[in-house]
Amino acid sequence: MSDLSRSTLTELAAGLRARRFSSVELVRACLERIDASQGTLNAFISVTRESALREAQAADAALAAGSGGPLTGVPIAHKDLFCTQGVRTSCGSRMLDNFVSPYDATVVARLKAAGAVMLGKTNMDEFAMGSSNETSYYGPVRNPWNTSLVPGGSSGGSAAAVAARLVPAATATDTGGSIRQPAALCGITGVKPTYGRVSRYGMVAFASSLDQGGVLAATAADAALMLREMAGFDPNDSTSVDVPVPDYVAALEQPLAGLKVGLLKEFFDKGLDRQNEQRVREALRVYESLGAVLSEVSLPHLPLSVPVYYVVAPAECSSNLARFDGVRFGHRCQNPRDLQDLYRRSRGEGFGAEVKRRIMTGTYVLSAGYYDAYYLKAQRARQLINADFIRAFQSVDVLIGPTTPTPAFAIGAKTADPVTMYLNDIYTIGANLAGLPAVSVPCGFVDELPVGLQIVGPHFSEARVLAAAHAFQRATDWHARVPRGYA
Amino acid sequence: MALTREQIASIAALARLDLSSTEIPVYQNSLSNILDFIGALDAVDTANVVPMAHPLPGLSQRLRPDVVTETDHHELYQENATQVTAGLYLVPKVIE
Repeated sequence: MSDLSRSTLTELAAGLRARRFSSVELVRACLERIDASQGTLNAFISVTRESALREAQAADAALAAGSGGPLTGVPIAHKDLFCTQGVRTSCGSRMLDNFVSPYDATVVARLKAAGAVMLGKTNMDEFAMGSSNETSYYGPVRNPWNTSLVPGGSSGGSAAAVAARLVPAATATDTGGSIRQPAALCGITGVKPTYGRVSRYGMVAFASSLDQGGVLAATAADAALMLREMAGFDPNDSTSVDVPVPDYVAALEQPLAGLKVGLLKEFFDKGLDRQNEQRVREALRVYESLGAVLSEVSLPHLPLSVPVYYVVAPAECSSNLARFDGVRFGHRCQNPRDLQDLYRRSRGEGFGAEVKRRIMTGTYVLSAGYYDAYYLKAQRARQLINADFIRAFQSVDVLIGPTTPTPAFAIGAKTADPVTMYLNDIYTIGANLAGLPAVSVPCGFVDELPVGLQIVGPHFSEARVLAAAHAFQRATDWHARVPRGYA
Repeated sequence: MALTREQIASIAALARLDLSSTEIPVYQNSLSNILDFIGALDAVDTANVVPMAHPLPGLSQRLRPDVVTETDHHELYQENATQVTAGLYLVPKVIE
């Protein structure tokens, strides 16, 4: 069998189709890597060994019969907030520690239909609220590049699993940067699609106007292959958009010559680490050498993104998480005195500290007398940020800048001050507020830690953004680097 | 903006969250810091700006025909409930 740590998802899918190795062999090899790494990385919450081997056997039968789909037999993992029928879907929370989903999320069903084999559910910040994967009820995930550091969050388990090549790709979600930030910190590729591009049905809700499902993979080509299967209209999600899905894989080879790239002035601010900035500027020179035309663009309202986000996201979170009442599903306290006691203690015990903080922030900004001052004000400021992006895309095709201000930081370094932690997402939140597609690709190293380059495009420009990422990966090999011990 | 213990207790009551006496000062501190941080929005002129209701300009949420599409799965769904009797969710007595 080909070397797992050096093979992309695209190559593994081709190898399976050519019957160079079997899905059972591939799945066994991945399960071994998961088992060997779990004590160190803690990337998984559940490993679905038996069903994975059953699915792999079925995949091998399909491949032998020549009836395989585009991902038949390819092992993947799902972030543990995608509902998986008959498998615990915990969302990284004590609240859902006992929750076995009665149905599959649309993303899960589509990848299953394309032939992918699920190996398990990945660790994450509780209810996707965090930028370091330290808020998980199941303990922190560790960064495979340096296990004393965070992998980023909230999709930290999916990112660590792909970076350590435990699986070739994993699903993830992005509300304020939760795909792109861990992709940057773990040295892999992450795509957050346009709002409405990928169905949110069966994806446990955090902030419904911002949440979007996407992919973490080693390369943009792998992400394109996954996204092509995941994307598309779903009548079960009322925010799903009925726009045809282009063939992202076929569109990868479009040339970069003449591509108008905007350098986002506000991204190169005083918070950006100097060495991170150097790597990003080197990447921009690669784009220039490939024929892209660079110009500086200013989005004057973009610095408001983080404050706007920390009104809108907690407001939506407090409303979405009201469903956890200790009655129908989820954690229930012992011996409640009355119904109010049942609600208050079930929620007080079931939610962790950061989730409670966000529920309370949201409750406050939506409460009588404060709604106009906070929530409505933030939604107005959000409109200004959105208008800045629309104006920028009248003169450039894509915006490029850093994904994060710094490389990965130490576990525990930012837990004492929530606002410091929130500022980690300063370059990623804008795309969520405006619903734009964005990709993070590895663009170099600082002190042996990966640095991420972010490419943001107009609504529904995933094909162009992925092609721009792919062209960079054709010209560089940062995406092929694998952490020591996992190569 | 500094929130008082009483304000935190009142927010927690609205959010149906039981907080211990040691948690209250922690949230007093962090929520006050968060409100100071989002207070930066006060300085922004948003007069005549329409609040953003949907991330995709010009699109609003779709409606579907008002017809029954779901079938009855209550037994399956209730497998996730802690206390169920005769197809009913059990909660503490509400009316004396």
